[in-house]
Amino acid sequence: MEELALHILDLLENALAAGARHILITIEEDEGRDLVTIEVRDDGRGMGAEALQKAVDPFYTTRATRKVGLGLPLLQATAAQCGGDVFLESRPGQGTRVVATMQLSHPDLPPLGDMGATIAAALSREEPVELVYYHRRGQKEFKFSSTWLQLHLGEIPLNCGPVLDWVQRYINKGVAELYGGEGK
Amino acid sequence: MIKSLEELQKIKETQLEAIRLREADQKAKIVVGMGTCGIAAGAREVMSAILDELGKRRLTNVAVTQTGCIGLCAQEPLVDVILPGKPRVTYGKVDANKARQIVAQHIVNGIVISEWVVNRGEE
Ligand SMILES: Nc1ncnc2c1ncn2[C@@H]1O[C@H](COP(=O)(O)OP(=O)(O)OP(=O)(O)O)[C@@H](O)[C@H]1O
Ligand code: FES
Ligand SMILES: [Mg+2]
Repeated sequence: MEELALHILDLLENALAAGARHILITIEEDEGRDLVTIEVRDDGRGMGAEALQKAVDPFYTTRATRKVGLGLPLLQATAAQCGGDVFLESRPGQGTRVVATMQLSHPDLPPLGDMGATIAAALSREEPVELVYYHRRGQKEFKFSSTWLQLHLGEIPLNCGPVLDWVQRYINKGVAELYGGEGK
Repeated sequence: MIKSLEELQKIKETQLEAIRLREADQKAKIVVGMGTCGIAAGAREVMSAILDELGKRRLTNVAVTQTGCIGLCAQEPLVDVILPGKPRVTYGKVDANKARQIVAQHIVNGIVISEWVVNRGEE
């Protein structure tokens, strides 16, 4: 994938497919440790020990429409190529935690990319999901909570164009400020 | 930040007004396929362009949703448009530019762009 944000959307789609009602995305960029850590936690149906072992195997998938599952193997490949790794932790009925690490200064590290579009895409659905995105870069941090937004909107559903368009612009503005405002 | 919140407040007011004016079941629906190969083929950019277009046109009566893989990989990114009372129309190999035209023609004017259609629901 060309952006970290596209890998993250993939993780969000896995969480949503597992029936998650709550999702927490954390990105931490630590220049001192030369490390970027991406974590997605969900409270979906989770995986047993055996499924967990196989999850990064491209020939393992519980999907019915195709014989390979690509999301996790692609993330694993990107992490490995950038001097990092992927850790999975999961319990049936409790949820799943995926942590990917990469070397921040690695020349192959994909750009963060369009986090606004990623979050808006994940929120474009009828079934409600409470999603929190927390991003820390050095001393600066940005946080977005769909719960806060839904409270603010009241009876208006999140999944209408003007609202989700606002979400993508709002997040991209917030993330740009983490980078000193010079863009994504 | 303050400017963003004012903007959100405005969207909220337009939206509430729209809810007052229409019956709930008269909503058009757009569905974008978001499986991994959809994403790799550009489904997120398609979704993003649709949201931008709906936002600019202040089209509040459209529900935007997604679906997982439907096994039509070669045609990704896939976009379904369902107008109230009309059968589902599926567009294939959509990009951001086509997505904007689908909003302008199909959603706004009700005109199906036949050359991009890969499937149609039952009448
Ligand atoms: N958050 C999660 N919760 C529960 N199960 C998961 C989660 N993430 C992955 N899995 C399991 O691991 C399998 C492999 O995931 P992966 O993302 O690699 O492929 P996929 O989702 O099946 O297909 P693709 O990502 O190519 O559309 C999934 O089919 C699912 O069974
Ligand atoms: S997402 Fe492409 S075949 Fe399923
Ligand atoms: Mg997946």
